[in-house]
Order: sequence, then C-alpha cells, then structure tokens
Amino acid sequence: MTSNFQDLASLIALHAEYAACIDEQRFADWPGFFTEDCHYRVVARENHEAGYPLAIMSLKGIGGLQDRVYGVTSTVFHAPYYQRHIIGLPRVTACDGDSLSVEANYLVIRTRRDMLSEVYNTGRYIDRIVRTKMGLKFAEKLCIFDSELIPNSMIYPI
Amino acid sequence: MTLTSQLTRGEVEPGAIWPNADFSRVPSKVYTDPDIYSRELDRIFYGRHWNYVGLEAEVPEAGNFKRTAIGERSVIMIRNRQGEINVLENRCAHRAMRFCQEKFGKVKTLVCPYHQWNYNYDGKLLGVPFQRGVRGNGGMPEDFRLEDHGLPTLKVARRGGLVFASFDNDVEPLEDYIGPAVLAYFDRTFNGRKLVVQGYSRQRIPGNWKLMMENIKDPYHPGLLHTWFVTFGLWRADNQSQLVMDERGRHACMISTRSEVVDPEVTKGVTSFRRNMKLNDPSLLDIVQEEWWNGPTVCMTTVFPSVILQQQVNSLSTRQIIPVGPDKFDFVWTHFGFENDSDEMTERRMHQANLFGPGGLVSADDGEVIEFSQQGFEQDQDFTTMCELGGTEIGNADHMVTETLIRGMYRYWREVMDI
Repeated sequence: MTSNFQDLASLIALHAEYAACIDEQRFADWPGFFTEDCHYRVVARENHEAGYPLAIMSLKGIGGLQDRVYGVTSTVFHAPYYQRHIIGLPRVTACDGDSLSVEANYLVIRTRRDMLSEVYNTGRYIDRIVRTKMGLKFAEKLCIFDSELIPNSMIYPI
Repeated sequence: MTLTSQLTRGEVEPGAIWPNADFSRVPSKVYTDPDIYSRELDRIFYGRHWNYVGLEAEVPEAGNFKRTAIGERSVIMIRNRQGEINVLENRCAHRAMRFCQEKFGKVKTLVCPYHQWNYNYDGKLLGVPFQRGVRGNGGMPEDFRLEDHGLPTLKVARRGGLVFASFDNDVEPLEDYIGPAVLAYFDRTFNGRKLVVQGYSRQRIPGNWKLMMENIKDPYHPGLLHTWFVTFGLWRADNQSQLVMDERGRHACMISTRSEVVDPEVTKGVTSFRRNMKLNDPSLLDIVQEEWWNGPTVCMTTVFPSVILQQQVNSLSTRQIIPVGPDKFDFVWTHFGFENDSDEMTERRMHQANLFGPGGLVSADDGEVIEFSQQGFEQDQDFTTMCELGGTEIGNADHMVTETLIRGMYRYWREVMDI
C-alpha cells in the first residue's frame, strides 16, 4: 500500500516538524500544518471504538484551530507545562492520488514546573494527508488516545 | 488532642475543628484529613444517600452491564430479563475478587474467573464447581447454601433515564431525597425522553471531591475565571439567574439565562472579558433554543454527593464524581442527547462540547484551580476558607453574587458527619 520512498521521507519530515512546532509552543504556526477545511479531533479510544461522536477537542477548519490557539494562549487558566512528542514511524494505509491515509503511534510526555516528567497521553494518529502546492497538509487529523484518564486537563494540542 | 485520635475514637465534638458557629469558614482538614475522608466514605457514599451510577441507555438489553464505582467500591449496573436494573457490588462472595474488569459488555452470567463462581443478573449465586466434591472427596459442607452467597445488591432508583443506587436499604425514596424544588429542574431535562449516549470523558483531578461540588455551587467564579462565558454571555453577573436548594441544602441548581447585551458594571475590571473577541469559527456558538428549556439557557444541578447534571445551552452531560482518596477524584463525563435529536442537533451538541470536559475552553480551568486550592489546603492545615459572599446566611437567591449554596452544603455535611 505504501506509495514510495520519497513520500515516506516527506511524511517523516512532516511529523518531525509537527512535533517540533507543538513542543516548542509555536502555537500560532500550528494551524499552518492543516488544510483550510481541515478537521482536527482528539478522541478517547473507548469513544472511537464504540462509535460515539464525543471528542476532547473537535476543531473545524483553520478558524477552529485558531480559536483553540487563542483559548490556549490567552484565555484558559492552567499550570504551564512542556510537551514532548515522540512520534513513531508513519504507516501508510491507503494512497489515492494526492491523498494519503497515514497512521502513527505517539507518546506525549508532560513536564510541569517543579515536577517530574510523566507519560501524559499516548495513542495513535489517524491522518488524511494531502499534497498541496504548499507541501503536505493534514486534511484530517484524528488523535485516538489509549489513556484512560486525562491527568487533570488537556490544554495544548496533541 | 489531634483530630486523628478524636476521629478514631468516634467522639468528635461538633465544633472541635470547625472555627465558627456558622458555615462561612471551612477548615483545611475537611479537604485533607484521611480520617475525615474515611468517615465521608462510610457516612456519605456508603451511607443513606443516593449515588449516581449511570443512564438506563447504557444497559439497553438483558445482560448488558456497566462497571462503575460508588466511593471507592466497584459496582456493576446490569439489566435483568424482566427489564429491571440491578446494581451489584463487584466483589466475589468467595475470595473478594473484583471479577468484572471490562467497563461495558454483555454477559450470559457473571462469572468470577478465579474459581468460576457464577451469578445471575440479580446477583444470585447459581453454582460453584465441585460443590459436592469429586468422587466423594471434599466439596462444600452439607449446610452450604447458594442463596447465602450472592453478590451484595444495592437499592436502586430510576428516574427519567438516570440510575441511582444506595448501599443503605433504608434510604428515603429518590424523589424525597432530591426534594421538590430541585426535582422540578431534574425533570426539566429528564422528563422521560429516551437518552442517547454520545461518549465519555474521564479525568483525574488532584483535589478533594467536595471542591468539584463547590465549583458547581459557586456562581461567583464562572463570570470571572471563564473568558468564554463572560465574553459570550453564557454566564455573567448581569444574567437573569436563580439559585435553588433543597430544604437540607445538599443539592442545588444554578439557573441562568444568557444575555446578549452587556451591562458595563459587571465587566468593568473583569480582565477575562474580551469585548472585541470574535470567533473564527462562529459555529461553536450556533446556539439553538430548545422548547424544553422554558427560558433558561443554563441549568447546573448538583445532586449530592456524586453527580452534576449539566445543561449549558445545547450541551448536556452528567458528571460523576468518584473519590479516590482525600486528595483526588475521578471525574467522568457522560455526554448525551435525546432520541429525537436531528443530526444537526447532535452535531451542535458535540461542537459545543469543545467548551466542556477535560480539554474544554471553559471546564479545563476548573480542574486546574481545584488542584491548586488543594495544594493550598495541604500546605496550610490551619487555614480556613472565606465563604462569606452574600453574607453568612443560607437560602435561595435570584442573583449570582453569593456563596450561599456552598454554605448550605456544609451545613448538611456537618450534620451527617457529626463534625
């Protein structure tokens, strides 16, 4: 099902850039990884598997992502923390012209001020990635997390 | 004398740790002391109170079960062949195994895998392997009776699609427990329409469980802490509102109606109010008035001790409180809609859910502030809270600038805890 070696290299680079953007808290740049009419969702595995529609975050279009960024950076009170994303190798599950279906495991470590680092959230991305003139962009990004309990809150994107 | 020795002797003098005759000061130990917490489990969660266990819709058919907890005791809600719902303790009568490990499922019988003791949907022990021994050897004694070894069954009450249970058989009827004033608002949402589960969110909040009850009995904070509420009028001090309690002060409703026009007096100096904030995705606030609201756009109900019932515009959820020690609790959100909802309404409810839950633009910071309150109580055990907004009296109100509901809860808490 895999497309070609060049695609795979581009997907690895995309994930690396994506992780760096979030982990370095360049949140204003985060919507730039997505298409104009994207859909970004963070969903508990139990809801995903049971077919329930509820998400922790369900953001539509670049505008929805920008609203979240405004919320995260300007309005939602929270203890500051670092995130560190470890993203596994991409697994291309379908390739249809300029649209790639790609999955990858992820692990997010959270480090709060004065605290030990902890496994914060773990799961898998199920993405639909499209080729655009601006390079590869996420048309859909679904973060399905195994974690049964969110340690208090989830503020920043995954 | 330390508090611990007072409590283990079971002879706490009322007022020994309570600084005032009224309910306007709550001492740190109420949130931190392990003995007080242990007494809360016994007297409140395992005592004569109704605890939320779930929605009927979660167990639609005979044999469908849901595992949850009341206090720290694991329980199973299961539907039997008569369509009744039982709540059984998840603890085998043999070796105490918490045999049920899945959260949901459908079974023919409940089997403890350790020695295959086998129970029906009513918790009755159906059989044990080798009861009569093998080739004349061993087995259970002659006087062993299956009926003496069922699973503990809790008293169950259902209303409007919600299921409550109590470890105390002598608990009053659910309707009397909730009381007519709060029941009217309960029935406003849960009026017999069939509920549809839309998913779960689960978070562990490092704070005492009562802080979450207080959070939803505190109409003072939403218009200050939560930018999204203040700015878009979802909860603001100029909204027309009502605070309603049951007679004993344990349950309450905070009811309010969204205002589009802003009274400058209530936003002056409120840094969370952002006059020029505009949404890039306005569909987040695509609020559609529903007939059953009969006016109010929000009704937050606390049913002591274990559940909060949320209607905030089109977003609906139950929020279950499961304590796991004096300093933390699990908070389980069950979002739901109604059977007759259009696809657009379901989509709307889900989109508005971005405001709520562990990642909610509003609710995420409630968990955070609870965590930091708990840290403050831990660091200063001699501290007492200041809970005098609106005076020291306890009573219903038609405004938001009061902590009367919190005082009401502690009046009841002191009574049942004998502290």
